[in-house]
Amino acid sequence: MSGRGGTLLVLTALVLLWEFAVRGLGVQPILLPAPSRIIAEIVSSPWFWLRQSGDTLITTVAGFALAVVLGVSLAIGIVYSRLLERVIYTLLVALNSLPKVALAPLFVIWMGTGVEPKIAIAVMLAIFSIVVDMVLGLRSIDPDILAMAYVSRARPIAVLWKIRLPNALPTLFAGMKVGISFALVGAIVGEFVAGSDGLGTAILIAEGQFDTTRVFAALVMLGLMGTALFYALEFAEGLLLPWHPSHRARHGNSRG
Amino acid sequence: MSETATAAAARASNVCIELRGAGKVYPSRRGEVVALQDVSLDIEDGEFVSLLGPSGCGKSTLLKCIAGLEDISNGDLLVRGERVDGPPLGLGMVFQRDLLLDWRTVLDNTLIMAEFQGLDRREQKPRAIALLERFGLGGFIDRHPWELSGGMRQRAAICRALLTEPNILLMDEPFGALDAMTRDDLNVELTRIWQTAKRTVLFVTHSIAEAIFLSDRVVVMTPGPGRVREVVRIELPRPRPLAVQGTPEFAAYVTYLRGLFAELGVARN
Repeated sequence: MSGRGGTLLVLTALVLLWEFAVRGLGVQPILLPAPSRIIAEIVSSPWFWLRQSGDTLITTVAGFALAVVLGVSLAIGIVYSRLLERVIYTLLVALNSLPKVALAPLFVIWMGTGVEPKIAIAVMLAIFSIVVDMVLGLRSIDPDILAMAYVSRARPIAVLWKIRLPNALPTLFAGMKVGISFALVGAIVGEFVAGSDGLGTAILIAEGQFDTTRVFAALVMLGLMGTALFYALEFAEGLLLPWHPSHRARHGNSRG
Repeated sequence: MSETATAAAARASNVCIELRGAGKVYPSRRGEVVALQDVSLDIEDGEFVSLLGPSGCGKSTLLKCIAGLEDISNGDLLVRGERVDGPPLGLGMVFQRDLLLDWRTVLDNTLIMAEFQGLDRREQKPRAIALLERFGLGGFIDRHPWELSGGMRQRAAICRALLTEPNILLMDEPFGALDAMTRDDLNVELTRIWQTAKRTVLFVTHSIAEAIFLSDRVVVMTPGPGRVREVVRIELPRPRPLAVQGTPEFAAYVTYLRGLFAELGVARN
């Protein structure tokens, strides 16, 4: 049995167990709806759920992309400048020790209730792991490789572009995989505090109506989206880093 | 002699690398550590010189100073009559480890030298391929380093260092991590390459046989602090086949050099 087939089998078994437990024990849908009810809810209004998911997806991806661009730039600054290292790194650590979700209302005050504060919150949540991992990746370069480049009279920009950045890609991807889930959290928190659209808002509205089935429908969409985003990154990683030890085996041409 | 006069003399006599009372001192918590002391040595253009000694004798430090990776603490170090301040032009270096970049193919790893030195990649590509072919890597130019054996990887590293045709080649125990057979093989290839285009080679090793086989002169270094004990000229005819290692002349050099180290208590006979 292949790994993927096994996962699917276990997942199906769990959903079936849930379905039969809810039916057999006669659990009220307001407490816990059966999977069939949740699926029926999504299927009954597919455009509504797709549109809400699309809104959240755009916020998440925009926030994530911005976090990557800002995070990578900050990391380069931190690695190349003592001053930036002291100032920005300390600031980031301090910011990260704060429960960032508590800052969300501030962004609404500053940016209104459009898409901007939601993206900003997503950036704020996603950026930390990206910066930390990128800094680690840029720093963990074999000093002898840098010596080789130096003796070869390579300019600092060439060292950054041809050695440090490619060397940092694997750890950057590790940071991005953590960051993408945080961006999704940020998007939902943004929709909670300032939403008129998106899955976060859909959850709030359904909660207000005690429509547990709709809450679960939103959660299913969120789960699917988060998983899809994670695997999209993993796919990109496989395409970009076929040389990395974690991908060599899959390409079937690894030797000693 | 004043410095300008020394430089002029260096040019006149084809001295490529010149050390005058050179020393290297590292500061440490328990005072200073003397890595090199009073090293004086002239290496001529086109000469193949080995630095031979046990670990800790400062031979790698000396190489790093010549490459401009470290500064000497006292004395003079001149390359082509000029004081070393950063990596000299036209200098290539091969390290103990191949230092190939995992994300580049063998060809791209070789061509990085062109990229580093601002040369046109497309122009250099045929040269890189020819060089790799000469080192028996013709069929592997599109492979990644992790698909190659240790010997092939080190060959690629040598090609990278040779791409821009440096007239000084520094080699820091380049074959130290390889098995004896691969090492013999690469030693033969190295002498062949050296004989077709005579560049100055400074080769660090702790193998007595390797030093004798490769060199015009062997610089015997001793540790604590690192200094030059003796410079031995190797008068074996070239080209030298591997079988030269079985001759009585070769054995005499081995015995002599071993004796030197035994005398110093760093190697028992």
